[in-house]
Amino acid sequence: MTPVTSSAVSVHVNGDAYRLELDHRTSLLDALREHLALTGTKKGCDHGQCGACTVLLGGRRVYSCLVLCVAVGDREVVTVEGLADGADLHPVQEAFVQRDAFQCGYCTPGQICSAVGMLREAEAGWPSAVTSADTGTSRLDEAEVRERMAGNLCRCGAYANIVPAILDAAGHGGADR
Amino acid sequence: MKQFAYARPADREEAVAMVSGSPGARYLAGGTNLVDLMRLGVAGPDLLVDVSALLPSGVQEQPDRGLLIGAGTPNSDLAADERIRRDHPVLSQALLAGASGQLRNMATVGGNLLQRTRCVYFTDVTKPCNKREAGSGCPARTGAHRDLAVLGASEACIATHPSDMAVALAALDARVHVSGSDGDRVLALDDFYRLPGEDPSRDTTLKHGDLVTAVEIPLASALTRRSAYRKARDRASYAFALGSVAVALEVSGTTVRDVRIAFGSLAHRPWRARTAEDALRGAPATADAFSAAVEVELGAAAPLPDNAFKVPLARNLAVSVLSALLEEAPR
Repeated sequence: MTPVTSSAVSVHVNGDAYRLELDHRTSLLDALREHLALTGTKKGCDHGQCGACTVLLGGRRVYSCLVLCVAVGDREVVTVEGLADGADLHPVQEAFVQRDAFQCGYCTPGQICSAVGMLREAEAGWPSAVTSADTGTSRLDEAEVRERMAGNLCRCGAYANIVPAILDAAGHGGADR
Repeated sequence: MKQFAYARPADREEAVAMVSGSPGARYLAGGTNLVDLMRLGVAGPDLLVDVSALLPSGVQEQPDRGLLIGAGTPNSDLAADERIRRDHPVLSQALLAGASGQLRNMATVGGNLLQRTRCVYFTDVTKPCNKREAGSGCPARTGAHRDLAVLGASEACIATHPSDMAVALAALDARVHVSGSDGDRVLALDDFYRLPGEDPSRDTTLKHGDLVTAVEIPLASALTRRSAYRKARDRASYAFALGSVAVALEVSGTTVRDVRIAFGSLAHRPWRARTAEDALRGAPATADAFSAAVEVELGAAAPLPDNAFKVPLARNLAVSVLSALLEEAPR
């Protein structure tokens, strides 16, 4: 018997439902870019090391290159295309524009999606490796942002503007949307 | 990547039967390591059995028996759990020292235990590797071994286990719950991991088809509440360890009442330093005594030219964390 190596897969992306016939090898990243023409999400290393492919899956930031699309199930996917409300940018997007938090821009969608997920994590009181065990504080400062964003690399080295952009967004409801 | 079939079984029994009955089948949970290994050609399952929806997730209190952590619990949830942070801080710290926010959201506790070595020869299919392909050889001894094992290695393999979490679990005397085709069983972490010996293909004592369902950690105590994890690596964050240590310390007056020490990135498994622990119980709680005891433990090390630095690194990590815990200890 020939094994079945493709399936009909339902995915929910940015509020829309799609039904795709996919080879099981298709990552969520490739499904977004190659099957749904949502090319905002970028492919960098394709090994879960650079963060360019970061999206929100079930509300949490993940690397879409390491997610098999067939395994997504009914979890909602939000990409950088799904963050703005019409012309009204998400506070993290707005802060990146105001702070000029990019150079070539290739890592930017991943940085922004990661920051959106990260701000929610901090709001929920999740600790990080630099959070003091004594106070358990999750108040964001530069050290916290740098540690919590360590999974997103920027080869241009725009970190000097990315960090303040995220701190701005943290103070402007970035975790609430 | 090789093509594969995909199944989402209804329950644990069906999942175990599917994988046990098919030599080319593998479980899929968070996928952070397996999907990458498949893309690299290191793993090539012909069937993926997705257990992510059916593994227990979350931390459950068991009266008189400690905490039961579901194998499907994401690493980030476990690290943020209030009981873990308060009563077993070494475990929360180890989790937060590992990977990145995105990976911790995806990776499960069971998958973390079962992740494979990051030895560059293992992950490069154009190179020989006894772990990946039995009998093909090990270029690491004379090649790139700066991050590889100094304890418990064999001629066949000097791979290290990459998990931070497992090092903390070793210090906490964790036990692993496993479902297999012969039923359920519980393994001490000591009996779960193995040294490479002549057969480095296996990292653990599990049989094909065994499914990790939970990890149990014993009741919290004064010892586990004063515990810490420290990791040395090439970058400040998001890098595998060159050496790490999980430590717990309880003192009585000026004497060590009880102590736990486990090293990471020194061996094919988390290295519980029982020789050092035995030497320290009842000994004076001083940096000199800590150092002497750890030196004895590390006396068994057989480093290679480019990883000899790991031996003093591990000693210094252990002494500095024990000393820091001693500073905080009530007299």
